[in-house]
Amino acid sequence: MAYTWRRLSKDPLALVGMATIAAISIAALSAPWIAPFDPREQFFDGLTLEGAPLPPDEMFFLGTDLLGRDLFSRLLYGARTSLVIGVVANGAAVAVGTLLGIVAGYVQGWVGAAIMRFTDLMMAFPALLLAIALAAIFTPSLWIVAMVIALVNWVQIARVIYTETTALAAREYIEAARALGAAWPRILFLHILPHLIPTILVWATLGIATTVLLEATLSFLGIGVQPPTPSWGGIIFESQSYFLSAPWLVFFPGIAIMVMALAFNLVGDALRDALDPTQRGR
Amino acid sequence: MKSNALRGAASALALVFALSHGASALAQDGGYGGQMVVTYKDDISTFDPAIGYDWQNWSMIKSLFDGLMDYKPGTTELIPDLAESYTISEDGLVYTFKLRPGVKFHNGRDLTATDVKYSIERSVNPETQSPGQGFFWQIKGFDEMAAGNAQELTGITTPDDQTVVIELSQPDATFLQIVAINFAFAVPREEVEKYGPDFGRNPVGTGAYKMTEWSLGQRVVFERNEDYFREGAPHLDKIIFEVGQDPSVALLRLKRGEVDVLGDPIPSANFLQEKNDPANKDRIVEGELLHTGYITLNTTEAPFDNKLVRQAVNMAINKEKVVRIVNGRGVVANQPLPPAMPAYDTAFEGYPYDPAKAKELLAEAGYPDGFETELYAMNTDPNPRIAQSFQQDLAAVGIKAEIKALAQATVIDAGGQGTAPMLWSGGMAWIADYPDPSNFYGPILGCGGAVPGGWNWAKYCNEEIDALAAKADGMAGDDQAEARIQLWSEIYNKIMDDAPWVPVFNEVRFAMHSDHIGGKDIYFADPIHIPVHYEYVYATDAE
Amino acid sequence: MLRYLARRLAASALILIGVSVITFGLTFLIPADPVRMIAGRSASPQAVENIRHQLGLDKPIPVQYMNYVTKLVQGDLGRSYVQKAEVSRLIESRLPATLLLMAGAIFFEILIGLPAGILAATRRGRLLDRAVMIFSFAGVSTPQFVLGLLLLYVFANLLGWFPLSGFGTLSHLILPALTLGIAGGGWYSRMMRSSMIEVLHHDYIRTARAKGLSGPKVVLVHGLRNAILPVIAMVGLDIGIFMSGAVVVESVFGWPGIGQLAWLAIQRIDIPIIMGVTLVAAVAIVIGNLLADLTAPLIDPRIRLR
Repeated sequence: MAYTWRRLSKDPLALVGMATIAAISIAALSAPWIAPFDPREQFFDGLTLEGAPLPPDEMFFLGTDLLGRDLFSRLLYGARTSLVIGVVANGAAVAVGTLLGIVAGYVQGWVGAAIMRFTDLMMAFPALLLAIALAAIFTPSLWIVAMVIALVNWVQIARVIYTETTALAAREYIEAARALGAAWPRILFLHILPHLIPTILVWATLGIATTVLLEATLSFLGIGVQPPTPSWGGIIFESQSYFLSAPWLVFFPGIAIMVMALAFNLVGDALRDALDPTQRGR
Repeated sequence: MKSNALRGAASALALVFALSHGASALAQDGGYGGQMVVTYKDDISTFDPAIGYDWQNWSMIKSLFDGLMDYKPGTTELIPDLAESYTISEDGLVYTFKLRPGVKFHNGRDLTATDVKYSIERSVNPETQSPGQGFFWQIKGFDEMAAGNAQELTGITTPDDQTVVIELSQPDATFLQIVAINFAFAVPREEVEKYGPDFGRNPVGTGAYKMTEWSLGQRVVFERNEDYFREGAPHLDKIIFEVGQDPSVALLRLKRGEVDVLGDPIPSANFLQEKNDPANKDRIVEGELLHTGYITLNTTEAPFDNKLVRQAVNMAINKEKVVRIVNGRGVVANQPLPPAMPAYDTAFEGYPYDPAKAKELLAEAGYPDGFETELYAMNTDPNPRIAQSFQQDLAAVGIKAEIKALAQATVIDAGGQGTAPMLWSGGMAWIADYPDPSNFYGPILGCGGAVPGGWNWAKYCNEEIDALAAKADGMAGDDQAEARIQLWSEIYNKIMDDAPWVPVFNEVRFAMHSDHIGGKDIYFADPIHIPVHYEYVYATDAE
Repeated sequence: MLRYLARRLAASALILIGVSVITFGLTFLIPADPVRMIAGRSASPQAVENIRHQLGLDKPIPVQYMNYVTKLVQGDLGRSYVQKAEVSRLIESRLPATLLLMAGAIFFEILIGLPAGILAATRRGRLLDRAVMIFSFAGVSTPQFVLGLLLLYVFANLLGWFPLSGFGTLSHLILPALTLGIAGGGWYSRMMRSSMIEVLHHDYIRTARAKGLSGPKVVLVHGLRNAILPVIAMVGLDIGIFMSGAVVVESVFGWPGIGQLAWLAIQRIDIPIIMGVTLVAAVAIVIGNLLADLTAPLIDPRIRLR
């Protein structure tokens, strides 16, 4: 672990990524204190008399949205939505994916085969179409959106964990443990799971980037978290009609999404390098 | 569309209508020839007049096909179209239409009375699955045929090739409007049978234009019907409809001269800039749609089963703000009917925007601290935004409304099942099928629509008002026209006292066309041939 | 090899059956009534039930599914509820646009990804390498709709180099294809980089260098040939990503492909279209995966198909 951390701390990109994640998290957590306005407050002065949004000025730091709300405050609170969904949805996806992957990899037999054929099936679904259909079935709320994303995203993780578990299960010490009569949950959780932790950690980080992007896309299509909950993708959805005359309404949240996804991708990638034993000493 | 035109609509219910009002009076200025390019965002679904019911195809179908009656361009005044003249029996039950001679289908065959009979029966035939079936309820034999127990409407007979006699089971003051609606347009049986369900992709009618090309998802081409019966129409040789065109992109293309008419409204972002640009003075056209945007309040369940609560909500909503959110492309509404509709009551004041009074009413109703509820809305812009504006207004009087912004079909289902306490109609709102006040009642405010799945999302059912509505529609005599309109005004005033809806705004259409295309402003915002009257606009460079 | 292929094809067929079952089931879970969307606002309850009966929607769902599949195996995808047109024709008329978009995206992926990856590999650890890697991550991290709107704003609106939207000419294709291809370009540059680094470590490159061949030539002649194939083999796996991306990119650019068709169909609960598009997409994805797996051993003899 210390070794991993040392490697990470030597990677400038990873450092930048971690600093960005920390900054976004702090901003999101302290949003009630640092946001200049209530993100849901529709100011009468926040629109021109003809109903156009305001460009950035002294009062509204990044301008207002199409309902006269402060864009900066909405972006701050939007970070909360992205992070919560990123952590919850991806956490669920990793948990489900790991569980199914381990079971399939260790149990093999028809259970394993069934699980893996099911992941094959899920891989053949266009992910976004599946998410759209699921969002049409369940009225989207913060938690439902997280669940929809988890339902789409667990598949890849399950496959990676399956491959690694199969390899681990064939190792001698596992065979030995089994020969000694250890119960399978014990083997799974004591002997196999610990070895999978690096992989899980990498996917947990990289997966947040994927989740943030998917959440933004769902919101952009109008099927993400329900208004007036601020969401970066949702801000772009609401502002799209103004995009040629007020492009900042699209680009500020767009940049926010990109920066957050980029940070998690950089850290996840650095983590993978740091945790991958084959990379050592290269 | 002004009020004198509305009176015109009422007097059009004459016993005998002379043709003198017809073609010659319609001759317009403007040359002939040339072409125009019209853009739409959404694809065209079908040109089958028994099926098509969209913003895009409504007026296109009117240009490809004709019915017994039509409207004077730019007005809501009825004129004979495929009919040359008509008579109505004293008791208002028998309509006899004489067909205009020499009308030809695009395939060259002459139109006969049996085509008219066949076409109406086709819309009633359950196998057609026409969304317009219900409009023909008053024709004798409707029930049997709609149930699939009869192959024809006994009420429609054709004594000779040029005469159609339609017998009603009860008098209906709106019947002439019904035979002017798209679902009653004449189609040639042989072509319908040849193409089957694909007739909508291979339309053959009697209209001013015929369809000559259709690339799915890309473009449709209409060309002049040289045999069109009405003199002086159409003006253009060719119309090219391009679909899948984002309105803001289409606007830029219009300014570059690649597009002539925006079928969709001017996009909100560009609207102010364009409207305020003096160069656009002649390009931007304003016209009222026969449309009302409203919030329905489910009258069958608490808390909206309480009239006081419903009235309170009417006073809590800031409608001016919504009009501002849509950039002024609407006028504040205070009653279900839009201002351009006969029976609209200009004297009616409606509920004022008065949050303090709303709170008082809520307290009186037993909700001094407000309550929690749900507000359904369609998930396409600007509807979620408008819903959020309502949400803030409601919060100000203590009502905590959770927004459910969902796909169109899901919202319609929630409204139909009565599971939506509040529902914003935007995106699914009522644009009149025909310019008569009864069209805003039956399915959306009457008891008939208050059934599971019905479009009366407020589930409002007032037997007394239902009886008045039936009485009004029975007043078919010409001498009763004025009294009938009066009665309808009363009906809507009574409805507003019950407050099942919050009427929010009436949409105003701002259309834009290039300098290359001319015509009376109203043709680009026609109340009937929505959104553009394709037959009367012309190319400015044509002779 | 043949046995492997037979087994894979059988598995693919099973996958497609599974996809069809799940999609069919999901459409019925959507809380909306397709018949209401057909019947219109003035329909009587009786008219609604009539239509339901005609479409067979009053039968139990398993029976409906069997009826659907019976027609499907005869090549009949049914007719759209709303448009009445044959679903196969609707898809047929829109599929070429989506395929063209994908071809364009693959072109850009490779055009961006391979050179960037080669450059990064040959300048490993240096500034250029870092820059390439950051850009590749940025490409992967940008939502397609943001990228699409950005490209539209800059290259179509401000600079006017490309049309704002539409379909038909090569210049219409460039921005949407680029939008779809940039993320892939990011991945490819990373794969190309590691593939190239591995190849450059091989003995034959060292031998070539020892023989006195110059740097760029070694890279291009010996390295490229061996490094490029594993990367190209991955193209088949992109199809799934493209199928999702098409929904967004087609909506941003007004591209008349099957993504828009599917999106509208879901809004209106037009079940035959939803089924048709999902199945076509699934077939494409399965074929893509199969091709990727089949080409792998041709390129890397160490991989054996089993």
